[in-house]
Amino acid sequence: MAEALLAVHALEAGYNPSLPIVRGVSIEVREGEIVSVLGPNGAGKSTLLKAIAGLVRITAGRVLLDERDITGLDTHRLVRARVAYVPQTENVFARLSVEDNLALGALHNQDRFDTLRQRVVALFPDLERLRSLAAGKLSGGQRQMVALGRAMMADPRLLMLDEPSAGLSPRLTRQLLTQLTRVRDSGMTIVMVEQNARAALSISDRAYVLVDGREEIQGDAESLLGDPALGALYLGAAPGTRSR
Amino acid sequence: MIQYLADGIVNAALIALGAIGLSMTYNVLRFANFAQGEILTAGAYFTLLVVTVLGAGIGTMGPIAFGWPLLVSMLVAIALTGAVVLVVDMLLFAPLRGRNASRITLIMAAFGVSLMGRNLVMLMTGGEPFYYDFYIPRAFALFPGFEVVPDDLAIVAIAGLAFALLFVLVNRTSMGRQMRAVAENPTLARVNGIDVRAVIRWTWIVGAALATVAGALLGHNTQLRPEMGFDLLLPMFAALILGGATNLYGTILGAVVIGLTEALAVAIGLSGYRAAVTFAVIVVFLLLRPQGLLGERE
Repeated sequence: MAEALLAVHALEAGYNPSLPIVRGVSIEVREGEIVSVLGPNGAGKSTLLKAIAGLVRITAGRVLLDERDITGLDTHRLVRARVAYVPQTENVFARLSVEDNLALGALHNQDRFDTLRQRVVALFPDLERLRSLAAGKLSGGQRQMVALGRAMMADPRLLMLDEPSAGLSPRLTRQLLTQLTRVRDSGMTIVMVEQNARAALSISDRAYVLVDGREEIQGDAESLLGDPALGALYLGAAPGTRSR
Repeated sequence: MIQYLADGIVNAALIALGAIGLSMTYNVLRFANFAQGEILTAGAYFTLLVVTVLGAGIGTMGPIAFGWPLLVSMLVAIALTGAVVLVVDMLLFAPLRGRNASRITLIMAAFGVSLMGRNLVMLMTGGEPFYYDFYIPRAFALFPGFEVVPDDLAIVAIAGLAFALLFVLVNRTSMGRQMRAVAENPTLARVNGIDVRAVIRWTWIVGAALATVAGALLGHNTQLRPEMGFDLLLPMFAALILGGATNLYGTILGAVVIGLTEALAVAIGLSGYRAAVTFAVIVVFLLLRPQGLLGERE
């Protein structure tokens, strides 16, 4: 089995050290995979990504990137470690043009700007047409393209996406998922938090299901898609941890 | 009337130079820096210090009285003022930011710096006014009935050059883009790999540089006093708010409106009430357009 690109061990994190939201979560993401983190509202999915990104304080556990300990690394240094994170909301610089957003993504890759930009535009051709517009003037789907494009300009090995389909229509969600598989095929590893479990599983290799800050189920996406327990979890039931 | 308007433009240039630093700290650091006036004062006195060391007569520049000595001294003073501002940030504002201090706490801290700075200058200078001691420039008639002082033209030109450099910095450089990013969304900026602390340092430096230029030119035009920056604080804030607090160009435009309004108040014989006239105009304008000239409605 391939070594994990991202390994999270028994992570505890939250806004208040005495009330952790993420409670002992362990996940692994291997190179070239798309891994989804699913679960009901308040399960701690977004907090998990924020903690890995250095935006929420980690009180216990470790985060390893390619066996290098990046636990609690300053958020701005994570990009140099080739990890990009796209938040769920406010994920573009609304007052800045699309081109400026992309340029900011390539902050530490100025010498490869043209190459990286070509790769992004090949995946999201509309960005060329929209380049001079302020990102805040774009539709939800276009904004998501800018956010993904900006993250890709950092040439990350690992792309972390927080609810990328939030606010998108079913048609745009399908489009986005297709684009994400193309992003993965371009050489990136993706870990994403999603509410839309069925859609996320349709493009994922594996998934983790969090409930109340703990991972309850993990397994390959195909078997989870047909798992009745997944539906039960979303309804609030809390079966014991199982592995598939 | 045109003579008054010319005076208003010079005044506007000085207000704008000082107000830009205010606008930058307001947008990037997210608080109203009430010590901006003292940064301007520090710049003026540091320039005086260097002018005194260099000697006012190291060279002239045609009809412009202040010539090279002031320009060279200003550059050194920018470095000194920038260093002081960075030390104050390191000792006071950075620890407060680190503890997630509220905006009102930061504003009160700035008030404290303002008072301490003014009193320190008072203590060191004895409160007496100082002058750069250049020769007095002679006005010349640009056309009948309209005389200009070459130094005033130079002040407007220097301000114009400073604004052009600022435009290039903000719109055409990576640091400028990072400043705009931090001003809009500091968390996303960090996620994007921007070192917010470095951006904050550059924000202080650029603001202090422009305030130093404003202080030196104001000192040349009038005199150096411990309160010189504090006296300009209200017009600077007015320019910031009138222009639309989130827009640098709005701040410059706001300064022009304030400068010209003050000049008009003088022209119609209300020189003693020019601050009141100016603020009456601002109040009426903001009632009609609360977001300011170029600001965005929240």
